[in-house]
Amino acid sequence: MSTPILTIDNVVKHFDITGGFLDQIRFKNGKFKLEKTTVKAVNNVSLSINQGETLSVVGESGCGKSTLARVVMGLYAPNSGQILYSGKRIDNLSHKEMLPFRKKMQMIFQDPYASLNPRKTVQRTLEEPLRFHNPKMSSKKIYDKIEEIMEQVGVDPAWAKRFPHEFSGGQRQRISIARGLILDPELIVADEPVSALDVSIQAQILNLLMETGKKRRLTYLFITHDLSVVQHISTNVAVMYLGNLCELADSGTLFENPRHPYTKALLSAIPKIGETSEKHIKLKGEVPTPIHLPSGCVFHDRCVHANERCVNQIPELLTLDNGTCVACHAVEENRVIS
Amino acid sequence: MKSSLQKFKESYFLYSFKQDKVAMASFIAIVIFIILAITAPWIAPMDPYDANNIDIMNSEIPPSWNEGGEKSFPLGTDNMGRDMLSTMLYGLRTSIMIGIGAVSLQAFIGIFMGLSAGYLGGKTDAILMRIADIQFSFPYLMLAILVGAIFQIIFGIGRYEQLAVPLLILIIGFAEWPMYARTIRASVMREKNKEYVEAAKVIGLSKSVIMVRHVLPNSLTSLMVISTIQIANAVMSEAALSFLGLGMPVTMPSLGSLIRSGFDYIFSGSWWITVFPGVLLILFVLSINLLGDWLRDVLNPKLYKG
Repeated sequence: MSTPILTIDNVVKHFDITGGFLDQIRFKNGKFKLEKTTVKAVNNVSLSINQGETLSVVGESGCGKSTLARVVMGLYAPNSGQILYSGKRIDNLSHKEMLPFRKKMQMIFQDPYASLNPRKTVQRTLEEPLRFHNPKMSSKKIYDKIEEIMEQVGVDPAWAKRFPHEFSGGQRQRISIARGLILDPELIVADEPVSALDVSIQAQILNLLMETGKKRRLTYLFITHDLSVVQHISTNVAVMYLGNLCELADSGTLFENPRHPYTKALLSAIPKIGETSEKHIKLKGEVPTPIHLPSGCVFHDRCVHANERCVNQIPELLTLDNGTCVACHAVEENRVIS
Repeated sequence: MKSSLQKFKESYFLYSFKQDKVAMASFIAIVIFIILAITAPWIAPMDPYDANNIDIMNSEIPPSWNEGGEKSFPLGTDNMGRDMLSTMLYGLRTSIMIGIGAVSLQAFIGIFMGLSAGYLGGKTDAILMRIADIQFSFPYLMLAILVGAIFQIIFGIGRYEQLAVPLLILIIGFAEWPMYARTIRASVMREKNKEYVEAAKVIGLSKSVIMVRHVLPNSLTSLMVISTIQIANAVMSEAALSFLGLGMPVTMPSLGSLIRSGFDYIFSGSWWITVFPGVLLILFVLSINLLGDWLRDVLNPKLYKG
C-alpha cells in the first residue's frame, strides 16, 4: 500500500483555560499550590487517509472533531503526536517551511457568514491566495482563474465585484469552497461545511463537493455531526467521543455492523420513517466535562457493558477481522452481543 | 454593476443621516467651522500675528453694536488691540490643527499598540496594556506642565512660539493614545476569532498581513466613532492647557489662550474677550460630539448590520 496522503499519529491537544497567575493558586491540604485547568480536547487520536478517499469524523458537539481539523491544518500546534503529509512531518514546521503544504491542503469552514471577510469583494477574497502563492502570475491569468473557479462552484462570475453580505448562505458557502479550491489543493479539510445551511441547500453543496472531489481527485477530511450525510459521501468513518477515537471502519461496515457501544447508540438515534423510538438505545447520564476526563475508558460511566477493567484501563484501538478498528474492552472480550 | 457613488446614495448610512436633523446640523456646522479655519488668512479682516497691524490704542473696544464700538472691529478688540473676529478665526485654525494633529498621533500609536496587543495576545498583550494603564494613570496636566516647562527652558521663550504647536500635538497625542489602544484591542479581539481570520491563516498569510489587511478593516467602525470624540477631547485639552498658560503663547493665541487673556479683564467689563471665543469653542466641540453620537448609533452593529 502506498503512503497515505495524511497521517494523524497519536495527536494530543489540550487547551489551557486557566487565566492569570492569581487564578492558578489553589489552597489544598493546608498548602498553596499552582494548578492549571486544561480542556482535553483531543487525546491520542490516530487516523490516516489515502489519496482520493473521504474520511468522515463524526461525534457530538464538543468531542474534539473541529479541534482535530484545526490541528491538521496547523492552526493549533498539537501537544504531542505528529501530523504527516505524504510521509513528511508538518506539525513542527516554521511558517515559511509550511507554505508549500498550505497550497496542497485547504480548509472549508462551518459558518459561511463568518468565514468570508465582510470588507472584501468576492474577487479580492479569491485573488488573495493566488497572488500570495504565485507572486509572478499575471493579473489576466488570475482573473481568468477566478472566473473559471466561480463557474465551477456555480456562482456567476459577473458577481465577482460584490460583497459577501449580498449573497445567500448557500452562495457564500460556494464562494468559500471556491477559495478552498483556487490553489488546486490535494486535500480539503471540511469542518461541518453544511451544518449552517438550510436542508434544501445542504444537498446542493454536498453534491458540489463530491463532484469536484471526483473531478479533481481530491481527498477529503470531512468533519460532521450529521450521520445521514456521512453514509453517502465517505469511504471511511471515524467516530469520536470526548476527544477519543471509538471506532474506525469503512462506511458500509460501520452502518451495517457497528461494534462500539457508543457507535451503536449513535446510529440507533438516526430517525427512520415508520419506526418508533423504542428501538433507540438510551444512554444514561450526560457527556462528562473534558476538563476532568473519566478514568479508563472515557465512555465507561454511560456504557451498559462497562466493568472493572473499563474503569481502570484505557482501551487500545483494536483491529477486528472485518477491518473495523474499535477501542473497547467489551468488544475485545466478546461481552457485547451484536 | 453599481458605482460606489450610487451605492452610497442608497446606503442606510446616508438615509439615517438625512433623517437625523441634529446630525445634519452639526455636520453643516463642522463644515462651516473647517472652511472658516482653512480660509482664515483670506477672510479675516486683519492678521493678528503681524505686530504692524496692531495698535495698542485700539485695545478693549467693545463689539460694534455696543456703545463705543467701531465698525472696523465687528466683535470688538482684545486687551492688545487685536480684532476679536480675526483672532478667533486664527485661534480656531490653531485649535483644529492641534486637535487633528494630536488625534492622528494618538491614532497612529493607539492602532499599532491596540492591534498588536489584541491580535498577538498573551505576554505582548499584557505588557502593552500595562504600559497603557501606566500612561493613563498619569494626569496629563502634570505631564504637560513638566514637558512644557522643560521645553521653554531649553529653547527659550522666543523659539517656544514656533515650537508650541508641535509640542502640544505631542503632549496631547501621547497623553490620550491608550483610549485608542483599548478600543482597537477590544474590537480586534472580537474579530480575531472569526473564521475568516482562520481562513487567512490557512492560506499562509503572515501575522502582520492578516492584522493589517483582514482584522484592521473590520475594526474601522469603532475607530471612526472614537476619532470624532477624540478630536473634540483634544481641542478641549488644548484649550485647557492654553487657559492654564501652558499652551499656545499670547502672541499666537488659540481659542483657549484667548479665553484666558480675556479672563483678567472680565470683571472690568470687557466680557467679549472671553465670551466670544468661549462660545465658538463650545459650539465647535458640541457639534463634533453630536456628530460622534449619531455616528456611534448608526454604526452600532447591534442596531444595524451594514
